[in-house]
Amino acid sequence: MSEISQAKPDYNYKVVRQFTIMTIIWGIVGMSLGVFIAAQLFAPALNFDIPWLTYSRLRPLHTNAVIFAFGGCALFATSYYIVQRTCQVRLFSDKLAAFTFWGWQAVIVAAVATLPFGITTSKEYAELEWPIDILIALVWVAYIINFFGTLVIRRVSHIYVANWFLGAFMLTVAVLHIGNSMALPVSFFKSYSIYAGAVDAMMQWWYGHNAVGFFLTAGFLGMMYYFVPKQAGRPVYSYRLSVVHFWALISLYIWAGPHHLHYTALPDWTQSLGMVMSVILFVPSWGGMINGIMTLSGAWHKLRTDPVLRFLIVSLSFYGMSTFEGPMMAIKTVNALSHYTDWTVGHVHSGALGWVAMVSIGSVYHLIPHLFGQQSMYSTKLVNVHFWFATIGVVLYIVAMWMSGVLQGLMWRAVNADGTLTYSFVESLEASKPFYVVRFVGGLFVVTGMLIMAYNTYKTVRAPKGSLVAEPAGQAA
Amino acid sequence: MSMFWTIWISVITLGSIIGTYLLLRWNLTNYTGHPEGESMDHEFDGIVEINNPLPRWWTILFYITIIWSFFYLALYPGLGAFEGFLGWRSSNQNIQSIEESVQARADAKQEGLIVQYDRELDYAAEKFDPIFEAYSQIPVEELAKNEEAVKVGQRLFMQNCSQCHGSDARGNAGFPNLTDNDWLYGGTGDKIKETLTNGRQAAMPAWIDAMGEQGIQETVAYVLSLSGREMSENHEALASAGQQRFMVCAACHGMDGKGNQMLGAPNLTDNIWLYGGSERAITETLTHGRNGVMPSFKKTLGDNKIHVVASYVYSLSH
Repeated sequence: MSEISQAKPDYNYKVVRQFTIMTIIWGIVGMSLGVFIAAQLFAPALNFDIPWLTYSRLRPLHTNAVIFAFGGCALFATSYYIVQRTCQVRLFSDKLAAFTFWGWQAVIVAAVATLPFGITTSKEYAELEWPIDILIALVWVAYIINFFGTLVIRRVSHIYVANWFLGAFMLTVAVLHIGNSMALPVSFFKSYSIYAGAVDAMMQWWYGHNAVGFFLTAGFLGMMYYFVPKQAGRPVYSYRLSVVHFWALISLYIWAGPHHLHYTALPDWTQSLGMVMSVILFVPSWGGMINGIMTLSGAWHKLRTDPVLRFLIVSLSFYGMSTFEGPMMAIKTVNALSHYTDWTVGHVHSGALGWVAMVSIGSVYHLIPHLFGQQSMYSTKLVNVHFWFATIGVVLYIVAMWMSGVLQGLMWRAVNADGTLTYSFVESLEASKPFYVVRFVGGLFVVTGMLIMAYNTYKTVRAPKGSLVAEPAGQAA
Repeated sequence: MSMFWTIWISVITLGSIIGTYLLLRWNLTNYTGHPEGESMDHEFDGIVEINNPLPRWWTILFYITIIWSFFYLALYPGLGAFEGFLGWRSSNQNIQSIEESVQARADAKQEGLIVQYDRELDYAAEKFDPIFEAYSQIPVEELAKNEEAVKVGQRLFMQNCSQCHGSDARGNAGFPNLTDNDWLYGGTGDKIKETLTNGRQAAMPAWIDAMGEQGIQETVAYVLSLSGREMSENHEALASAGQQRFMVCAACHGMDGKGNQMLGAPNLTDNIWLYGGSERAITETLTHGRNGVMPSFKKTLGDNKIHVVASYVYSLSH
């Protein structure tokens, strides 16, 4: 008995199940919002002259929904799963786990209830007003206590690398959130940041870029470090590589914020430091990609039959691509062309859709059968269909934004022989229009894939326990 | 920036980079006690890790970026108050006016600093100023017939003027139409240049306190009749009372209501309306007054470019 319980402790899967299902639901909501506002960019009448349907109010709702609702739920689900499985112990506290679930859902609902009505701090990715910020901080502290508490009571000697990344992500996000959201409330729905001017801008992008660095990179690398070797059934390629790239990544990422403020009122020295650190950061970022992809060595044939593994590996390819693109765009001379254009939007989405969404989707497809007592998803074929919808959608999106962005950058800087600008702003907007349509189509593909996922999940959850058996050529996780 | 902060910034910056380098060096050796290529002997939920060495190409790339970072921080500003050996800066900072900017440019030149912003201005001046210098020798009315010059003027107009006057220069409510040869301050080349150079500030006072609602209504009726139009009801009686009241308006708009370009007072008889010609819009104008502002472009465009823009504007109605 004791040996069996050591091999399979009584894990808290309830909270994992809750967060996993909400990942899919918020994914559909957030991405659909994105598609809707993408359509508004070439067909502005789609806001129907209703204030709370305008681009300016729905855009923050879209970003909050995909980053914090979709991405956040995926991180909660996988981190609670990973920390229990790799520590061989049940979560430190079920009550705290339930509090983080309901608290986080309350935060998301509060976002939906405020942002469309123009209640916002106007800080990008930190738009939520102070009462919601306080709730986020409380949920986050509970999350940290629960996660680290579980690490403390672990039944294995070492702490697995996935947990290093997850732990770093949680601690840093707490510091970033609390640091950047410091504000003086003037009413229940309005507050003013305690920072002003260039300092405010610097704080904002210190937060903003590390939301990318720690929320969307470190957290999801933790996810990658568990689900890739698990799904591939292969050992992690290099322990020492994970040591170097972990410590280098977390110590360099925190500096990268100023590259969002090149050629602004930010002092030159700050801009330079941001650029230097961003460029060095390229190398440790790729450490994670190498470790993930090389983990597959000797198991490449599995890609032919396992669409879940395909999601995970393609996510790493997009990760590699956008972590090369990012440092390049941080170089001032490149930034002079790319800044304020759609190139940035394309870059963000190759990270958000290509890396974050794909690795989350792959992980969720791995999780669902385990969580609901099945050996496989209801339909592996549909997983494959989803994979192609997602891949085509992301590629359409990114390529459209690259072309639109570079075109904008070139048009804005073009001058005539007399030194006057060749194009007015509206001409560059006109040139971008066809690409906005392509981007919209790409987004439709991505959302369609998510709907297929929802259907597949519904069928898997509703099937009698143990009735879904892995297909012969499928994965044995 | 004080010495303390420069040292603070330098220590944590260089400390982070050197720390990264040491981390890399440390992991190049196999300190783990497990042979290379073998398992690390821990297992987590079935996952094992191999003690593979760091990829060589990746290590080299890491070294290159670290070495590059030292060069960059030596050449460019980065380590606090240390300005870098190149003497490069993006702009003269702490500038609060165009006068200060001009002074700072002169100072930087004397100190031999490389100021990116100044360089770009110098380059543009050297390359483009002669073109505008040549144009400025030709009177506006004549230059307006030069197709090339008009095109240049139009581009400048698009970037500087179209925000208010529209990309077709036909204006908008509150912003005059520049194509109809109806001028508030005069339409000769010199007058257009004067408007562009110094800007204009128009003030139509509010009359509600002096006239009362009844008085406003009467005056509106009379103003309408000046361009041959009528009030929606009771026009005759209102307009004849309004004619008496127009005496005060005549101070600026003239007895005949044909306006006065010295004051920028619009002609009220030509049925061209800056703020709208409906009964309601004129009532609004009389009740609350209007304040039209045309900004001065002397500092932003300079005399020669203003000359070219003026010839474009002149060409629109000639």
